[in-house]
Amino acid sequence: MNPILSASGLGKRFGDRVACRDVGFDLWPGEVLGVVGESGSGKTTLLNCLAGRLHPETGTVVYDSAAYGQVDVHDLSEARRRLLSRTEWGFVNQDAREGLRMGVSAGANIGERLMAIGARHYGDIRRTASEWLGRVEIEQDRLDDRPTTYSGGMRQRLQIARNLVSGPRLVFMDEPTGGLDVSVQARILDLLRGLVETLHLSAVLVTHDLGVARLLTHRLMVMQGGRVVEEGLTDQVLDDPQDAYTQMLVASILPV
Amino acid sequence: MYVAVKGGETAINHSLELLADKRRGERSVAELSLEQIDQQLSLAVDRVMTEGSCYDRSLAALAIKQARGDLIEAIFLLRAYRTTLPRFGDSLPIDTTEMLAERRISATFKDVPGGQVLGPTFDYTHRLLDFSLAAAGERPLAPTAPTEEPLPLPRVGDILQRDGLLEPPSQGDDGHDLTRQPLMFPASRPLRLQNLARGDEGFLLALGYSTQRGYGNNHPFVGEIRYGHVPVSFVPEELGFAIELGEIEVTECDMVNQFAGSHDVPPQFTRGYGLAFGHAERKAMAMALVDRALRADELSETATSPAQDEEFVLAHSDNVEASGFVQHLKLPHYVDFQSELVTVRALREEVERRNREAAAAAAALDKAAE
Amino acid sequence: MSESIADASPASGGPDQAYNYAYLDEQTKRMIRRAILKAVAVPGYQVPFGGREMPLPYGWGTGGIQVTAAIIGREDTLKVIDQGADDTTNAVSIRRFFAKVADVATTTSTEDASIIQTRHRVPETRLREGQIIVFQVPIPEPLRMLEPRETETRTLHALSEYGVMQVSLYESIARHGRIAKTYNYPVLVNGRYIMSPSPIPKFDNPKLDRSPALQLYGAGREKRIYAVPPHTPVKSLDFDDHPFEIERWDECCALCGSRESFLDEVIVDDSGKRMFVCSDTDWCERHQR
Repeated sequence: MNPILSASGLGKRFGDRVACRDVGFDLWPGEVLGVVGESGSGKTTLLNCLAGRLHPETGTVVYDSAAYGQVDVHDLSEARRRLLSRTEWGFVNQDAREGLRMGVSAGANIGERLMAIGARHYGDIRRTASEWLGRVEIEQDRLDDRPTTYSGGMRQRLQIARNLVSGPRLVFMDEPTGGLDVSVQARILDLLRGLVETLHLSAVLVTHDLGVARLLTHRLMVMQGGRVVEEGLTDQVLDDPQDAYTQMLVASILPV
Repeated sequence: MYVAVKGGETAINHSLELLADKRRGERSVAELSLEQIDQQLSLAVDRVMTEGSCYDRSLAALAIKQARGDLIEAIFLLRAYRTTLPRFGDSLPIDTTEMLAERRISATFKDVPGGQVLGPTFDYTHRLLDFSLAAAGERPLAPTAPTEEPLPLPRVGDILQRDGLLEPPSQGDDGHDLTRQPLMFPASRPLRLQNLARGDEGFLLALGYSTQRGYGNNHPFVGEIRYGHVPVSFVPEELGFAIELGEIEVTECDMVNQFAGSHDVPPQFTRGYGLAFGHAERKAMAMALVDRALRADELSETATSPAQDEEFVLAHSDNVEASGFVQHLKLPHYVDFQSELVTVRALREEVERRNREAAAAAAALDKAAE
Repeated sequence: MSESIADASPASGGPDQAYNYAYLDEQTKRMIRRAILKAVAVPGYQVPFGGREMPLPYGWGTGGIQVTAAIIGREDTLKVIDQGADDTTNAVSIRRFFAKVADVATTTSTEDASIIQTRHRVPETRLREGQIIVFQVPIPEPLRMLEPRETETRTLHALSEYGVMQVSLYESIARHGRIAKTYNYPVLVNGRYIMSPSPIPKFDNPKLDRSPALQLYGAGREKRIYAVPPHTPVKSLDFDDHPFEIERWDECCALCGSRESFLDEVIVDDSGKRMFVCSDTDWCERHQR
């Protein structure tokens, strides 16, 4: 079996600031990898490099595609990378507004990927969209409403539905519960955990919240100043941190 | 009649005759000569030449006369004429250090080599209507200094640049001519400058102003504004050396802006550049502000404001394009409108039908309940 | 507008000697012809071209005029329509322009024309092989109102990434129960490029499909030319369960009695009384005979 995503030697700079340096890992099918660290530690840059949204200066990202076999994400033509990103991948932004079309209905938001890959039956698209709305626990009579009328938590759930409707295998998540109320967070985390399990998704999850990481991820990478300072099984890293920085991170969360 | 089903041709002819009549106005008033327009409405001529991108004072004056003083219409007339002219080559870039300046000021230094030259400007006038102008009468000539050899005017920017405090001006031109090739994005800086030079003064003024109010601020200082005559030279292929074709008047603005520096470049000042035909300081300054704002990408600044958005600025700066497209709404659209009518009626009928059905169902329910 | 055209020429008749034949210089015509050839070779693809400033305002047919000027010759017969009619102001102005600068025969008969320049309509009379129809296009980019950025729309076309267009149709059905788009109705050309048919009513869209005539589209302000070669499939976008439909009228033309043509609604008195007449004046005249 191949890893579904394999990164090695990734490096990226912005001006004279190093955003990430020599990052590598293998992500196995069905696995959720967490990337944690404080803001500015390079997590989001890393995620964008993995998803092909940013070009790293060094290193490679190899994805094991269902359609094309093993491909280097940054060697792919833009056409193919965009196709992959709307068929085999999902990307959940921290700010749902960036991942949604705010000017069209929830149904159109969920249906877009289906239409982009050729669905042309309005009734079918609508039915599927409605089902997905239900799966992310939004009342189905909100199907024709625009996300502007949704609460923050609902928008985030809609964004998740919009991503998962095409049955992706790999999902990138950037602080999917950031900026939401604690009770709302808990509901989304539950939802995500259920979906990852039932859909057998692989995922890379960036978060600064160790609680989120503990709940959702199998393995953890701790980043500081653009480098990986520690990695391992999530429970192991959180319960017995080896690196001084990780120890500080773990110590700084309030005991639950 | 606006749109006759028949007879449009005659109506158009009549409209043209009326327009010509209106243009002349009351016949007892003397007709304007092109010389009068050129001499006494010279700033209007300058604007028409700049945005019409054709340096010819008498053609611009003619356009202004024909357009009844509507400058955007005059710019359009001049452009439409310009496009038919054969091109025999490109002149050499003008060198504004060779300018015989009538005005030259810097806001960054109290005094500069060559001095501050105020020249003819509205800047120090009180904006009081001068009723003496309403009456005819000769004006005295302004006193002038005894003629001497023009002093070379080093650019203020060059002085800063020598110390490395200001970036050098960008060099070179990609040979792209906006009037011959379509504008494509992303656009190079020379291409952007071409577009801005032809751009509507009002539009650039508003955009430049917006940068000063926080929509893409770039902390500008007027490094220097100069206005005067510069020679234009051309190298004919058969001669192989430059000959001077004549002189043109231009206004140049070198705006100096703060810049934080980047990985490879220590902090230094950057430039925004504006150039216009004739005496047009407002245009040149606005252009310089917008030019600098549009360099956001190149200087790794976050572009968040309209003035920093290349596609937004360049696609909407041209008043001939804008005026045509806005005013085309006057053309008949009754076919499109008919299509909309048909659809809106059908949609309304459907809503009414649904309401009727709902009302009927409610009535039936009421009846059953009784 | 027409005024500058009138002024551009000497008072005498015949082609204007102050300008080149058909107004544009030969270099420019060659450049436009190259763009047209490319457009024909890649049906539905918007070819950027060095659009010139014409003595007619942008938005009033500068693209169509440049295309016509590049292809017209003395042996051509030109018909110009606006809103289907030969006698609307803009049509008259453009026809006079070419009569003046190209010394060309003009006609109002669709059948007799070799070149038809049009704004907002396709003639009701079926076009035949050998004819060229030139459309005036205000906004060539069918995705523009969904995505304002040119760099992005060009990428979407290059990658055939057209989900967003279908989203807009979906939204229309969700909101109105039907696709409420009535004119400038997007089409897919030859199974590859989504194209704006210019603001013709959707009533005319079926006439574009496999038309034996060559269709050329010129957008002057936006500096794009595109084309549909003869016999090319042109499909109006829709959903399987919401198929494309055209406008229908309960009335027939009050002048010629036609039931197959696009009807204009004319308000005839102050009480709002209406009459329906053919938008295509040539068609209407022939049917009145």
